[in-house]
Amino acid sequence: MLRHLLIASFGAGIMYLVTSNISLFDNYQVGQIASFVVVLAGLSVLTGVNGQISLGHGAFMAVGAYTTALLMNHTQWNFVLELASAVGVAGVAGLLIGIPATRLKGPYLAGMTLLFALALPPIADKWPNTFGGDQGLTMTTPNAPGSLSPQEWLAWIQIGGALIVLVLLANLLRSRYGRTLRAVRDDEIAASLAGINVARTKVLAFVISAGCAGLAGAFLGLSTGVVNTGAFPLTLSIQLLAAMVLGGTGSLIGMVWGAILLVYLPQWSTSLSGHFNLGSGVSAYLATIIFGAVLIVAMIAAPHGVQGGLRWAWRRLPGSGSGVGGPAPGAPGAPIPVLTDE
Amino acid sequence: MSLFLNYTLNGIANGMIYSALALALVLIFRATKIINFAQGAAGMMTTFIASSLLAHGVSYWWAFVLVLAIGFAFGAMTERIFIRPLQGKSELNPVIVTIGLLVVLEGVAGAIYGNASRGFPAAYSQSGLTFGHSRIAFSHFDVFILVAVLVLMIAILILFRATTLGLRMRASAFAGEISRLLGVRVGILLTLGWGLAGIAGSLAGLLVAPTSSFGPYYMDLVLVYAFTGAVIGGLESPVGALIGGLVTGLCISYVGGYLGSGLEPLGALVLLMVALMARPEGLFSRPAARRV
Amino acid sequence: MLEILDLSVSYGAVRALRSVSFEARPGSITAVLGANGAGKTTLLRTISGLVRPRTGSVHFKGEELLGRKVETIARQGVAHVPEGRGIIEELTVEENLRLATLWCLKRRERQSAIEEILELFPRLKGFRHRHASTLSGGERQMLVLGRALISRPRLLLLDEPSLGLAPLVTAQLMGLLRAHATGTDMTVVLVEQNARSALSVSQHAVVLNLGEVVVSSSAAEVAADEDLRHHYLGF
Repeated sequence: MLRHLLIASFGAGIMYLVTSNISLFDNYQVGQIASFVVVLAGLSVLTGVNGQISLGHGAFMAVGAYTTALLMNHTQWNFVLELASAVGVAGVAGLLIGIPATRLKGPYLAGMTLLFALALPPIADKWPNTFGGDQGLTMTTPNAPGSLSPQEWLAWIQIGGALIVLVLLANLLRSRYGRTLRAVRDDEIAASLAGINVARTKVLAFVISAGCAGLAGAFLGLSTGVVNTGAFPLTLSIQLLAAMVLGGTGSLIGMVWGAILLVYLPQWSTSLSGHFNLGSGVSAYLATIIFGAVLIVAMIAAPHGVQGGLRWAWRRLPGSGSGVGGPAPGAPGAPIPVLTDE
Repeated sequence: MSLFLNYTLNGIANGMIYSALALALVLIFRATKIINFAQGAAGMMTTFIASSLLAHGVSYWWAFVLVLAIGFAFGAMTERIFIRPLQGKSELNPVIVTIGLLVVLEGVAGAIYGNASRGFPAAYSQSGLTFGHSRIAFSHFDVFILVAVLVLMIAILILFRATTLGLRMRASAFAGEISRLLGVRVGILLTLGWGLAGIAGSLAGLLVAPTSSFGPYYMDLVLVYAFTGAVIGGLESPVGALIGGLVTGLCISYVGGYLGSGLEPLGALVLLMVALMARPEGLFSRPAARRV
Repeated sequence: MLEILDLSVSYGAVRALRSVSFEARPGSITAVLGANGAGKTTLLRTISGLVRPRTGSVHFKGEELLGRKVETIARQGVAHVPEGRGIIEELTVEENLRLATLWCLKRRERQSAIEEILELFPRLKGFRHRHASTLSGGERQMLVLGRALISRPRLLLLDEPSLGLAPLVTAQLMGLLRAHATGTDMTVVLVEQNARSALSVSQHAVVLNLGEVVVSSSAAEVAADEDLRHHYLGF
């Protein structure tokens, strides 16, 4: 725990230097990266460490975002309480999905969460008065303390949230519960014979990751200032999956890579399509295409993502301890990266 | 009463389309133990191609047949290029590849065809049939849907039950290694299975397009409904796909009718959850012993 | 003529076969014997192409089998009846048999070939349109043997056919095997844990231990060598 706090403080220090020295727009983007780290970390725990796939995390984000937005618009609750509610309500949604999920294997679980991702947005559309319809609901960030600019303050809320979540998850994964999660992933029958309550473990993993997604959704709502159903399409859930795979399924720090991809890819693809004179309509879709291609290529060539690649390269360095090193990422028999404390 | 009748007829028409796509999922699952989440998007893509063909003056029926053939080719190529390299490794990786294909196809369709709303013509009149003085919610087009899907199902059943090719395909799906030891070229047959699924997927895409928003994402819901139907039917038999698709279609129609439109996906989710919790292997499959 | 030369197979770090060499002649039965884990099943799976070896070669009728696809090897006339029998439960008895004829017999010939096999195994006649899952152990063994023979193989590989069968059924099976092998030019490789019954029908015997060939000589010699029998074959 102490180690994680030290690393987090170090990270916080660096981020402070970064945010105070970059432009306001970049602050905005850094904040978004932090938010995506939150949801991706939760997803990574669910899929990489506990072995359950989810194509519905965009919907959990929507649940968190709408919860906070509704509270902001209709109550005077304390800001932290509003954020906590996002986590809580999203966690409950995670419970509702997690319970049937205990009985499902990979493809079936993927299908069910896919349906969940498609089923939720129409509900908000059905009651436009409550949920704001196309316009959505507005979200306002509380005032920045002192002389901090609003953009930096917003970025800091998100960064702070990300650091807290990372520390908590890192501790969780190092604890006995972390071993339980992995044991269930590796062999459910063996785990239950060893006395682990497999169903409870799996449901809890869903609840935790859904809660993370809910918090991230609330953060992103703050970031954009508005929450509407258009912000949480199916493609978001799939992009989260792609970002997690690229960052390294099962890793926590690797999720930073995935988050960076999520935030910057749309920009890069816009400039890419501008470069090739592809027209504005194309650029919106180009990002999606690239995410899909990432998933395909990653599954075929490198299922362990960037972090896995780094770890593999690290092992190959002369004098780095384990000598020969494990098989290349993606090779059959290569271990799925478990939580690291990098 | 007539409201119930209309919902029922509507449910049957839609259910048949879900059955067609469910059949595609079943064919692929039987052959390669994978859920092809991109099947709906593939059907969307071939329907967009049909739309282009129609815009260039090709007659409807030629476009129809051509696009079914393209669907076959798409399916076969997908298996060879994207799925074959992954055989034998984890069972989840190919599924994720199909999800990647899903978004790539939607992105490509969006990039090429853009966001402009477009319509797609129906093969037959879509106004309700009249019996005596009353008009029911079942049109000529709905009859066409019924006939087309039934023809497809029957053709597949005949292929499987009465031909040696079908025997080889079933053997390859049930026992790949043993079949290879008996000289059966299993690889080609798996590709063929994916090709046939592509035909079913294309058909579904063509049948849905006239009544939907016809954008890159229009097959998303159809896919998950077909998945629900396939799961209910057991993912193992064409007959199961047919019944599962109809059950799903009816259920959704009632939910949409009595509880309000917009809640259909939620209704399907509940239906799927109930089906998965009651009997994860579906209603039509043989229970497999758990190997400890 | 089957020639195995210097065959080595590993599963990861486990050496399943080490430099195995022997010959099996046509018109005879060669028994491959040894305890569990000796590498017998691996040997057959390597010959039929299911497993890729590290080194070595497998020559059959002058052609190298290694490196080819399983179905290509099968179409050379190699029939492998694997461990666990490998009936296809979801197909009927007749479909199981028909499947084996598809690559080698013309449409007109298939039905008569099926009838011939059913004459050989009259027990199966009543089940011909029933799913293979309804068969008993002995009936399953008949089915897979029939399925192997229907294609008139040049090389027949049998992996523990007597497993789980009553002694009487085993004896009948072995008798049938001997009748089919001798006087034809079919080469039979018979893997068995039940060494006694295997030796009674074979002409040649190879004994494996931990992946290595311990002895390769005539069945009579092996049966007569008491030390050998006690040490490696358990009787």
